[in-house]
Amino acid sequence: MSFSRRQFLAGTGSAGLTALGATIPFEMVLAQGAPIKLGSILDNSGNLDAYGKPMVMATTLAAEEINAAGGLLGRKIQVVQYDSQSDIALYTKYAQQLTRDDKVDVTHGGITSASREAIRQTFHRANSLYFYNVLYEGGVCDRNIVCTGTTPAQAVEPIVEVALKQWGNTAYVLAADYNYGQITSKWLTHYITKGGGKVLQTNFFPLDVSDFGSTIAKIQQEKPKFVVAALVGGAHMSFFRQWAASGMNKKIPLCSTTFGVGNEHLALSAAEGDGILIAGNYSQENTNPANKDFLAKWGKRFGNTKLVHEIAVSQYQGIMLWAACVKKAGSLDREKMLAAIESGVSIQGPGGTVTLDPKTHHAILDINVMEVKNQKLTIKQQFKARPPSDTLQFCDLQKNPKDNKQYEVKI
Amino acid sequence: MDYAAVVLLEIIYMIAFLALTSAGLAVVFGMMRVINLAHGEFVMIGGYTTIACAKADINIYFAMLVISPLVVGILGLLVERLVVRHLYGRMIDTMLATWGLSLLMVGIITFIFGNTAVSVPAPIPGYELGEFQMGGYNLFIIGIATLLIICMWLVMRFTRLGLVARGAMQSADVASSLGYDPKRVYMWTFTVGAALSGLAGGVLAPLTGLLPSSGGAYIAKAFITVITGGAAVITGTLSSSVIFGTINQLVSFGSTPVIGEIVMLAFAVVLLRLMPQGITGRFFRNAP
Repeated sequence: MSFSRRQFLAGTGSAGLTALGATIPFEMVLAQGAPIKLGSILDNSGNLDAYGKPMVMATTLAAEEINAAGGLLGRKIQVVQYDSQSDIALYTKYAQQLTRDDKVDVTHGGITSASREAIRQTFHRANSLYFYNVLYEGGVCDRNIVCTGTTPAQAVEPIVEVALKQWGNTAYVLAADYNYGQITSKWLTHYITKGGGKVLQTNFFPLDVSDFGSTIAKIQQEKPKFVVAALVGGAHMSFFRQWAASGMNKKIPLCSTTFGVGNEHLALSAAEGDGILIAGNYSQENTNPANKDFLAKWGKRFGNTKLVHEIAVSQYQGIMLWAACVKKAGSLDREKMLAAIESGVSIQGPGGTVTLDPKTHHAILDINVMEVKNQKLTIKQQFKARPPSDTLQFCDLQKNPKDNKQYEVKI
Repeated sequence: MDYAAVVLLEIIYMIAFLALTSAGLAVVFGMMRVINLAHGEFVMIGGYTTIACAKADINIYFAMLVISPLVVGILGLLVERLVVRHLYGRMIDTMLATWGLSLLMVGIITFIFGNTAVSVPAPIPGYELGEFQMGGYNLFIIGIATLLIICMWLVMRFTRLGLVARGAMQSADVASSLGYDPKRVYMWTFTVGAALSGLAGGVLAPLTGLLPSSGGAYIAKAFITVITGGAAVITGTLSSSVIFGTINQLVSFGSTPVIGEIVMLAFAVVLLRLMPQGITGRFFRNAP
């Protein structure tokens, strides 16, 4: 049997692409002419994989759905997926690769705010459109980026309101020690003070801290009316475990800006997780038709819907928003795409109506205040179409299209 | 008043944590002068064993107290027979080989369990101390660590086994001329050290949760504890655990756990500068 080098390369090349997570067989893409390249960098393994894995699945699902409906502009979408392994250094490397070698048309990726800031400028310089689809601390003002996750004004403010009303006016804040936690804790202080409450103390924890014994004792010493946790990742999960193990979950109520985002409510037993209050765009208990449809599709593609969480839905909605923009622009041309993004485009996602705000490139989202009950996120209260008013305070990309900054609240 | 008791309990817990995680290393490094860079991975595998057993509905105490030490002990025996025994007396080579092993073990565990955080709920509920809620499981860890230290001391001090082990470490030639094969002694010492690491991993697993890379978090503290402890395995480990545990927790309470760790490490550097032979190089010289 003869086997030329060219045949071999074609074979291994397509195998390699499939291994990278490209969702369409190579031959089909070739038959269509050049595909639209959708880049993605996500932590599919490591400390942050509870967030990343479902996001990768959501990316696959969205791309397959768009392709099954005939693609965009008559072209198929090809996903170029990289696993950053919870390692910031890999983010910068893959961002360079996506912009220089793969020359992607858009990138949907990044999980932690540290990773976003590590790659944002790379895409900005390369004029390569970038979607960040994760809840974050708000304030990014850059015409090259679209942020479709919730910001503090959307999710933190309502939860602080409910907590102050329900539990009382003193709080103890625990936050992850990087830009997300630091800036979010400022917003927490801002909203708690605004609501007539007081933050007794704020503690920061690097992502690998997993022993919270002294912290739990300190919280009891301060006797807050409630605790806010803006903790991130697998190691920080231990806090919720140790909190429950000491029996504190029965004594001081807990709310969180991040809990549930990585399906923490499934990792904890019902007894450990019950009663934690959270706010976000998505709950699997959402009854809107788009969510039912989405869950059915997810279940069919991946066997079950166990892993679907807030930012997997965010990623899905981000890609669908981008697709809506491409359709509206009728082209991938940068100026036409930016015009479409700034036209108030809107989709029906699993989390409700999602509309892009032209001034900030952020999303206007429905917010649910939810309580963990029996490993489920039960919706207690719903706020329709909340704008990213924190970022809106500082950012107007129509007036200052050259802005390239992340704004923070002054306290 | 209650708060003082809480702080004291947290300090004792940290001491127990340090003693537990460094006991295995102390036996291997302190007695054999073998630097086992795969120590953290032994602890990590002990933890994974316990979690895997608990998920398979095996009694969690049986898993952490029997299965984990057994599994990691056997692993240690294999490592000693296949790798370490060829490298006795070659410190740098041993370090390189065990470091390679640690990477291999992280890889294998990642392959089996995935690079994902796993954990089990602590099997003991919390209790009230005055107006404070405390983790009941911490008391269990303190108990296990105390028991472990006492057992180690009894074995080393009063049994023939301990005497032979100490003798072979001090002078292999004399021990062998008296009819004891130092190679066998080394083999069993390494195995026991590994089993102790497995025990530590198993007992600590419900408290912190695990990743395949968790070994790294144990090894640094364990090494500092053992090296600062100095030549005497038990007294050394215990005294440095007490010093570092106290400093770490006191500073953690006064500021944050991060600063606590920094101060502890800084203090270790100063201590080693003042006492290059470790604490037991200067004090308690003849203790076991």
